[in-house]
Amino acid sequence: MNRILKYVIVDIVKNKIVLAYAIILALFSWSTFSLEDNASKGLLTLLNIILLTVPLVAILFSTIYIYKSSEFIELLVSHPIKRSKIWWSLFAGLASSLAIAFIVGAGIPILIYVDFLKAFMMLSVGILITIIFVAIAFLSSILCRDKAKGIGVSILLWLYFALLFDGVVLFLMFQFSDYPIEKIMVGITALSPIDLSRILILLQLDVSAMMGYTGAIFKDFFGTSIGLVISFTLLILWIVVPFSISLIKFKRKDL
Amino acid sequence: MIEAKNICKRFGKLEVLKNINLQFNKGECIALIGPNGCGKTTLIKSILGMVLPNSGEIFFNQKSIKKDINYRKHIGYMPQIGKYPENMTIGQIISMVKGIRNNATLLDESLYQQFEIDKILQKRMSTLSGGTTQKVSAVLAFLFNPDVLILDEPTAGLDPLASEILKEKIIAEKAKGKLVLITSHLLSELDDLVSQVMFMQEGNIVFHKTVETLKKEAGVDKISKAIIQVLKLPKV
Repeated sequence: MNRILKYVIVDIVKNKIVLAYAIILALFSWSTFSLEDNASKGLLTLLNIILLTVPLVAILFSTIYIYKSSEFIELLVSHPIKRSKIWWSLFAGLASSLAIAFIVGAGIPILIYVDFLKAFMMLSVGILITIIFVAIAFLSSILCRDKAKGIGVSILLWLYFALLFDGVVLFLMFQFSDYPIEKIMVGITALSPIDLSRILILLQLDVSAMMGYTGAIFKDFFGTSIGLVISFTLLILWIVVPFSISLIKFKRKDL
Repeated sequence: MIEAKNICKRFGKLEVLKNINLQFNKGECIALIGPNGCGKTTLIKSILGMVLPNSGEIFFNQKSIKKDINYRKHIGYMPQIGKYPENMTIGQIISMVKGIRNNATLLDESLYQQFEIDKILQKRMSTLSGGTTQKVSAVLAFLFNPDVLILDEPTAGLDPLASEILKEKIIAEKAKGKLVLITSHLLSELDDLVSQVMFMQEGNIVFHKTVETLKKEAGVDKISKAIIQVLKLPKV
């Protein structure tokens, strides 16, 4: 495992895109915090940028990288290496390098400007979101043999999670505003890792008061330690489920 | 050494391998021939575990290959079209495969030297011609002194000199008692190499005979002529 993982990481580092990604994240973060006088407000602005860009970079870069690695995979499978090892190494390589880029780029300024608990929350959410979208990229690239289709699916999934899902939620809330749907809304947020993360951070920032009654229900659920444990479990499930499906598919794939 | 029982493989509706049964033993040199798309490469990839058959089982030294991937330590594979990570150099590819195989046995670097690979170690795979890529594939296949050599169109794209070096290497390895499996369309090349011929058509094995019986049956002294003769004969 270590050897293949090493080659994957060296290859990603040589690619320099991850480096540029870390620099851009750093630019975003440092400028946000120096523009806003209030660290909480800065974090709020940064949260919106991060929840838009991190999933996009993670899913697109990973999908393209997996397709690019098809030759690497083909070279390895005829040698005595388990297929699951190859797949795991690719996953670990991509997830760790993108996560490290996030920590270096956005993590350092967050840790400096924001108090520790909020910073810790923001960092863990950012890392989880990175790994989740790497896992989703693995799923979409194993499901589509065709490269253009696979990358297309990844872009559509990002559009859905980052933009469309919010629209659907808003639509539901307006349509059913006469009914007591607040508790159902809590359940629906579990369907999108991005929304789940957003709520987790917003509640840390005490701006939930501005979200009215729904905000109060969210606070009731996500504010408790059980709610916190459940939401982190859900986020981890968003990693485990797509990656496991892709792993099973990869083991049965003809190369 | 290698045994396949009732191998069937479908790609969608297309049946590529239809109930293949075969047995290859140590010291044999088998030519796998047949028209394009008859399932030769699929059969080879099934033996290597790159393609997973829909039914049937393959055994390597009496052990099913499904459970244990370590049998691949004993196989050197030279693909028809070698695909390598484009941004790696030849040197990096070779050292990576060495690292992965990580075996203690003495490396066989004769092809490495004869092809003068050390002069082009710094070249990136994306800049290589088809023939040079084939040379790299050949070096990797023979490097670890494997008991079984599986060569898919080994001489296609190689210049005459390199092709002759490779042929001599194959003969030398065969003399050491290794199992060699070759697919080729150049029948004339096979004459001094192979001891058995397996002919495939549309996913079936049409025949699997030793070269002597084949020549005797056809009454000619060249494999290429013999095969054409046998195919012309009405189906027995």
